[in-house]
Amino acid sequence: MQELIPSIVSVAFHGAALGMVLYVISVGLSITLGLMGFANLAHGVFAMAGGYILTTALSRFGVPFPLALVFAFAGVAAGSVVLERLLYSRLYTASDLEQVLFTIGLIFISVAVARFIYGTLQQPVLLPGYLKGQFPLLGRDFPTYRVFIILFSAVLVALLWFGVERTRWGAMVRAAVDNRAMAQSVGINTRQLFTLTFALGSGLAGLGGALGAEIIAIQPTYPFENLVYFLVVVSIGGLGSLRGPFIAALLIGVSDTACKYWLPQYGAFPIYVATIAILLWRPQGLFGRKV
Amino acid sequence: MNVALETRGLCKSFGALTVAADIDFRLETGARHALIGPNGAGKTTFVNMLTGVLPPSSGKILLGGEDVTTVAQSARVKRGLGRTFQINALFRQLPVLDNVALSVAERRRIAPRLWRAASAHQDVRDESMELLATLGLADDAGQRILDLPYGKQRLVEIAIALGLRPKVLLLDEPAAGVPSLESGRILQVLDNLPKDIAILIIEHDMDLVFRFAQRITVLVQGEVLVEGTPEEIGKNQRVHEVYLGEQHHE
Amino acid sequence: MRHTGGYSADTRLRWPELLPWVVALAGFFLLPDYLALGARILIYILYALSLDLILGYAGIITLGHSAYFGLGAYVAGILSAKLGVTDPLLQLVAAGAGGALLGLVTGAIILRTKGLTLLMLTLAITSVLLEIANKATALTGGADGLSGVVIAPIFGIFKFDIFGKTAFLYCLAVLLAGWWVVRRLIYSPFGASLTGVRENALRMHAIGAPVYWRMVLVYTLSTALAGVAGGLLTQTYQFVGLNVLSFESAGELLVMLILGGVGRIYGAFVGPLIYLVVQDALAKQFPEYWYLGIGVMLVLVVMFARGGVLGIVDGIIARLRRKP
Repeated sequence: MQELIPSIVSVAFHGAALGMVLYVISVGLSITLGLMGFANLAHGVFAMAGGYILTTALSRFGVPFPLALVFAFAGVAAGSVVLERLLYSRLYTASDLEQVLFTIGLIFISVAVARFIYGTLQQPVLLPGYLKGQFPLLGRDFPTYRVFIILFSAVLVALLWFGVERTRWGAMVRAAVDNRAMAQSVGINTRQLFTLTFALGSGLAGLGGALGAEIIAIQPTYPFENLVYFLVVVSIGGLGSLRGPFIAALLIGVSDTACKYWLPQYGAFPIYVATIAILLWRPQGLFGRKV
Repeated sequence: MNVALETRGLCKSFGALTVAADIDFRLETGARHALIGPNGAGKTTFVNMLTGVLPPSSGKILLGGEDVTTVAQSARVKRGLGRTFQINALFRQLPVLDNVALSVAERRRIAPRLWRAASAHQDVRDESMELLATLGLADDAGQRILDLPYGKQRLVEIAIALGLRPKVLLLDEPAAGVPSLESGRILQVLDNLPKDIAILIIEHDMDLVFRFAQRITVLVQGEVLVEGTPEEIGKNQRVHEVYLGEQHHE
Repeated sequence: MRHTGGYSADTRLRWPELLPWVVALAGFFLLPDYLALGARILIYILYALSLDLILGYAGIITLGHSAYFGLGAYVAGILSAKLGVTDPLLQLVAAGAGGALLGLVTGAIILRTKGLTLLMLTLAITSVLLEIANKATALTGGADGLSGVVIAPIFGIFKFDIFGKTAFLYCLAVLLAGWWVVRRLIYSPFGASLTGVRENALRMHAIGAPVYWRMVLVYTLSTALAGVAGGLLTQTYQFVGLNVLSFESAGELLVMLILGGVGRIYGAFVGPLIYLVVQDALAKQFPEYWYLGIGVMLVLVVMFARGGVLGIVDGIIARLRRKP
């Protein structure tokens, strides 16, 4: 029993770090799905891009860490605007199959480009000195970087929730998610709203990918390997919802860490089974609206 | 007299919003019954509950004397309930013949067959062609739905329901959207429907209602305002108020 | 999307429908060095055909079809390598049965949902199988794969030779049988009702069709065929690896089918043929460009050529016919 408590704390801690990263990456997907009804399976591409920007900025150009994070966010957001205006926006009214095919095509393209530029190996993350090592908290030592991830993500999440609840932009997003046609008829410029929101969601994905580069390895097959996780967070959380995926991400982060720690011979098997069970019980997710 | 379709105390609420309040309704065998009411009165909701698409909050639905309140949509169809949709629900890329054949095949229990070709089932094809002929659509059998004028599409909508040989037929605004030149055709078809089918028609076109219906039920805000013969309804003061009241708001 | 079948359809075999078999036999005699690639193409045609049944006809969007393909592959492999069952037809039947059984159970469960939830579930199911295959190394060989697969001669007579001749003809025969089954299914009343569900599910419910059970049935038939295709793969290469269950290969299958054209039976023939031939020619030299190329192609097909290659061919034929 004595050994159990520390390992529970450790699992909870590392699970929380993973969960926060998953949320920051996936929240954009949830909003895009709820707002535009577009299943962007290529969402992982944005996270991967953010990760590559960060690791390249740190290793190749010696950019200070905070600035590298900003680059990850801004670079991916800017790139996503281009993609949205040129390609995504033409497919908002396309069939589900066409949207799925298109996003798979994007994944293939980005995997190829990543492999071409960076090769197949994982990217090393050169953390600055002040984020390395251990951080004492409540009488125990935790990896400093993980503490940073949790705190920084918490701030991001708080800002996001505040933004959606209190700002005009947030109100428009909520209205449009609720009823797109109605929102248009009261004069909300849904085109601009979509682009802006898409940029924000993708930027966040990039930031999350960068933040989590140590936990979720940055390599060319990233969008394929982690697609399931992002989709699970959004499906279980409920699409279009903001808080649902947060709970879901934490749940998944903690359970995944717990399973890999205590039942390593089963791998991620229990997570998938649990996902299937939950989605069958509540297809709209834990917090989604009943379709 | 036989009751083909009946509801007792049918209610439906979505949270605080009540769309159907204690509806008692009877449809006799062979009836020609119309359901009218202002927009938002809950007419289509009522039909959706009758067909099983929407579960009621409380109350009972009886089809041919049997309680079908919890019976699934497809099972109610098998017991003789057919419907048409206010907005055409057709198989647009398919030819007219196939549209009708699909429902005929379901009724004849041929649809689940896996091996012999569909087009080799001459009995289904023949019955479908006969049905199309009674509606004057025989020449259009090979045309795709999306190549047909809207009035004819509306007729195919009815044909599909007739392919089921229903005992009770619910027609949701059969003349809706049909240009007045073509709606005469629809009225003809309605007049020629088999006399033993009980028909409930939802309509806004008052000419059609008064020419077709033997009994009229007026639904307002989910409640039955009044029910009676066309003459009675035409003279009813409250009905006038409801419709005049609506016009004042426009 | 075009539809085949229905109550107005002409079901007689048209001469272009014999082309694939003529081409296959021609390939057998004229290109004896490429029989391994040829067998692979035939296997993927069967696999694509099974996917077309649910994607093109029933309209079920899935990214998890590789679960059944992979299961069939592993069933055949495990039967042979671990349980000593070497008769190829027995292995194949088991592979198909495995695919069918899993398809029946999973289909009954996931077909109660739709849209993203359904897609998500198909991914989750494949992930479960992938994890099992990865971890149950005693049975599956884990990441190293399962080797030691032994195939006895078919009917005791036709040995699997090193030139791949037997394998090719064997795959061709199985594909012929599979194609015949699918073709009859498409033209049957059942197939007509599937088209009805795809065109207007609401109306099918309203005419009393038990839509859910029809979907479960076609899903099971499709997964059985996918399982058979997977078994064929194991038998042809005498090896099963984890990649049969990967998302990349599920994505590739989708690409092959879209390339050929969904919902047309023969799209499943054209797509894998073009894809695998071009891949064999180009991918070895330029692997990164290959992935880039199919990604770009996919995006272009969605933007401009929704019917795939056969859609383009149809468009050309239609334009030629219009000229008086």
